[in-house]
Amino acid sequence: MSDLWNDGDPIADTAAPDGPIETRWERHRFSAKLVNPANRRKLTVIVVGTGLAGGSAAATLAEAGYRVKSYCYQDSPRRAHSIAAQGGINAAKNYRNDGDSVYRLFYDTVKGGDFRARESNVYRLASVSANIIDQCVAQGVPFAREYGGLLDNRSFGGTQVSRTFYARGQTGQQLLLGAYQAMERQIGLGNIEMNARHEMLELIVVDGKARGIVVRDMVTGEITTEFADAVVLASGGYGNVFFLSTNAKGCNVTASWRAHRKGALFANPCYTQIHPTCIPESGTHQSKLTLMSESLRNDGRVWVPLSVGDKRAPGDIPEDERDYYLERIYPAFGNLVPRDIASRAAKNVCDEGRGVGPGGLGVYLDFADAIGRLGRKAVEAKYGNLFEMYQRITGEDPYEVPMRIYPAVHYTMGGLWVDYNLQSTIPGLFVIGEANFSDHGANRLGASALMQGLADGYFVLPNTINNYLAAGPFPDISENPAVAEARATVEERITKLLSIDGDRTVDSFHRELGHIMWEYCGMERTEEGLSKAIGLIRGLRDEFWQRVKVPGTGEQLNQNLEKAGRVADFFELAELMCIDALHRRESCGGHFRAESQTPDGEALRHDDEFSYVAAWQYADESGKPTLHKEQLEFEYVHPSTRSYK
Amino acid sequence: MDIKVRVWRQPSTSSAGKMVTYDVKDISPDASFLEMLDVLNEKLILDGDDPIAFDHDCREGICGMCSMVIDGVAHGPERATTTCQLHMRHFTNGDVIDVEPWRAAAFPVIKDLVVDRTAFDQIIQAGGYITAPTGTAPDAHATPVPKKDADAAFEAATCIGCGACVAACPNGSAMLFTAAKVAHLGLMPQGQPERDTRVIDMLQAQDDAGFGGCTNAGECTTVCPKGIPLTLIGRLNSDYRKALRNR
Repeated sequence: MSDLWNDGDPIADTAAPDGPIETRWERHRFSAKLVNPANRRKLTVIVVGTGLAGGSAAATLAEAGYRVKSYCYQDSPRRAHSIAAQGGINAAKNYRNDGDSVYRLFYDTVKGGDFRARESNVYRLASVSANIIDQCVAQGVPFAREYGGLLDNRSFGGTQVSRTFYARGQTGQQLLLGAYQAMERQIGLGNIEMNARHEMLELIVVDGKARGIVVRDMVTGEITTEFADAVVLASGGYGNVFFLSTNAKGCNVTASWRAHRKGALFANPCYTQIHPTCIPESGTHQSKLTLMSESLRNDGRVWVPLSVGDKRAPGDIPEDERDYYLERIYPAFGNLVPRDIASRAAKNVCDEGRGVGPGGLGVYLDFADAIGRLGRKAVEAKYGNLFEMYQRITGEDPYEVPMRIYPAVHYTMGGLWVDYNLQSTIPGLFVIGEANFSDHGANRLGASALMQGLADGYFVLPNTINNYLAAGPFPDISENPAVAEARATVEERITKLLSIDGDRTVDSFHRELGHIMWEYCGMERTEEGLSKAIGLIRGLRDEFWQRVKVPGTGEQLNQNLEKAGRVADFFELAELMCIDALHRRESCGGHFRAESQTPDGEALRHDDEFSYVAAWQYADESGKPTLHKEQLEFEYVHPSTRSYK
Repeated sequence: MDIKVRVWRQPSTSSAGKMVTYDVKDISPDASFLEMLDVLNEKLILDGDDPIAFDHDCREGICGMCSMVIDGVAHGPERATTTCQLHMRHFTNGDVIDVEPWRAAAFPVIKDLVVDRTAFDQIIQAGGYITAPTGTAPDAHATPVPKKDADAAFEAATCIGCGACVAACPNGSAMLFTAAKVAHLGLMPQGQPERDTRVIDMLQAQDDAGFGGCTNAGECTTVCPKGIPLTLIGRLNSDYRKALRNR
């Protein structure tokens, strides 16, 4: 495969301490340098993104006395896409006395990630999880409570302990408002300079250190250079490379990708999580997909017609002509198999021609049995809001007609490579939340995204960044040529995008790119398909730079110009995702290679060959990326095979 | 289905605006209202026209970014629904639909249907929080919260900050928004120490930002996509009186 990439040196240092895993974080914190409170106000930190990770980090750094400059593309920091998370947040509180512990959460996360995460980081995540709940309660987050006034917990995603805290189906919203309010308090006190409707378009690197960013004011179009002693990216995931995903429309990879182009390694880009219970596409106008909580699978039964091409209404198909395929293939777990398995099984039956609904891209999720068993009232109490949402979007009544569901891209485990300090390979550039490659390995467990975002932002980064900032403040860079150069890169790119004046819209390119990625780099990947996809992506990218039409000017609110820049970066990311998927000739977590499966069609890992993090170094557009491997060591949780039969 | 939309076009804050009529043909009843505008924008771009600017992000009814007055009603004809969750099946072939931005003194138009809602953030800055710096929190179970209080606080906290309440209010008042936050935090034991200063400071910030006063018209709660009840304004007024007495 050397025609697609170069092999580079392995990653030698992850900054992770050794010794007993239980005390690694404590020892690491003790050995880190601190910054004198009087010196903190001389140090500036830029934070890009205001979701759970960025919002909590900005607030906490400002509380500690640093000067913080915060940026988001939305009109208010309260709108970042963390707000849409439904299910809950895990924490090893063991309030249920059901055998949970930090070690068990650590174990579950490493195993759930299919043994592709760094043990030291995951243990730390599990150990700070309890502090997150304390912090959020102190902020007034209205978690669900029991009649005795204590916090309620539920089991989520098939775990055997109840460790998930929640606020009805709006946990992400409530946690984000907590972080947002803490941030607004600091804005009011003058400790955070908030820049909403601003988009980071370039990273400024001086003398090898991240020292600032180039941003565009999305209202006036003004381009400015912003300086700091350290830069924190909390800019989220890249699921929108698929065009259709459950991400918000504005979610994009540009901040991460610009940093990658400046030298930050990008790790495991092919690890994407595809969620099984989303509302299927209804037509070519579709602009995004909506997730419904997978708690629906607790009572709903998944089925398709037994025979290919059966177009009868679901109610007209008798029991013995239905295939409850999850119950058939996985009798032990049935409809509750993990996300990746449920998603791929749905794809398989649709590929066989047994899918239902428009285009045959859907399977039934049927509540008739549950309604018969529990009564309509009980089902309504449990799932009423989800049923209502489904009906609002599809116009169909799920109490009468089975729901139709189909998998959709939901979360990206890959991201910028970071060490134990959450620092990228560019000194002074820290990456937190979904934007880093982080703690979920090849597959994320339900209710763990919120946990990781807040762990990074409230508790990990504010400790690790001190050690770096202790060497500051760094010299003034305003006259450094690297600043003017970064600014010129941004301006030239905008001029270029506006000048092409072709005959195709940005969305039409984005949609086509999404089709390629979904087809060849989605739920099932093959060497042949991925090779084909790389050619298609390159061709489409060239066409984009010849034919895209971006109306308007750069000196105004111009939503198509914003989109064009983001899609241009998605093209480059898409190619790297396919190369990463191609090089990883094994199936693990969210990455299923058809060539690597057991005789009965289950994912087959190759730990001897692929037990590493693939961290890619950017090559210029004509060249090849370089692969650096971080070998993973499992001292505590020994790799085993997942089985759900 | 084929429809016409009459859309408010305004190039910038300082320029004059006007309604412009567009034909939208062959739109699926399953498309969302925003997807209908996407389709129209694709056509406008290829025709060499300026596409319509509008705010949107999550498109699943939770981020609060989308903000359109549709046929005179904030977020359109469906109750308890954001614009992004409104679907074309609620309209009829041949309809002429008016689409305007939020109109309120405190929310200046930036372009077309996009308005500036920074004033909401200013209200929160003034006191819409509980002071709890990271690291200072006691164990989460140190203070039990009666379930009915937690549930009521949650109901108030579901406000998405979209601003429909302000757009619908004849006075351009932000009382429902402010009341929801005051109720959410005031119902939690953790919110008690700052309860008096919070309500006084938030109301002051609301006045300073140019929002109007409340005359109990009740339009706000009618259009609220999260159904925040009008009773919370009564609660806010009561809190405010108590706070003034305690001062």
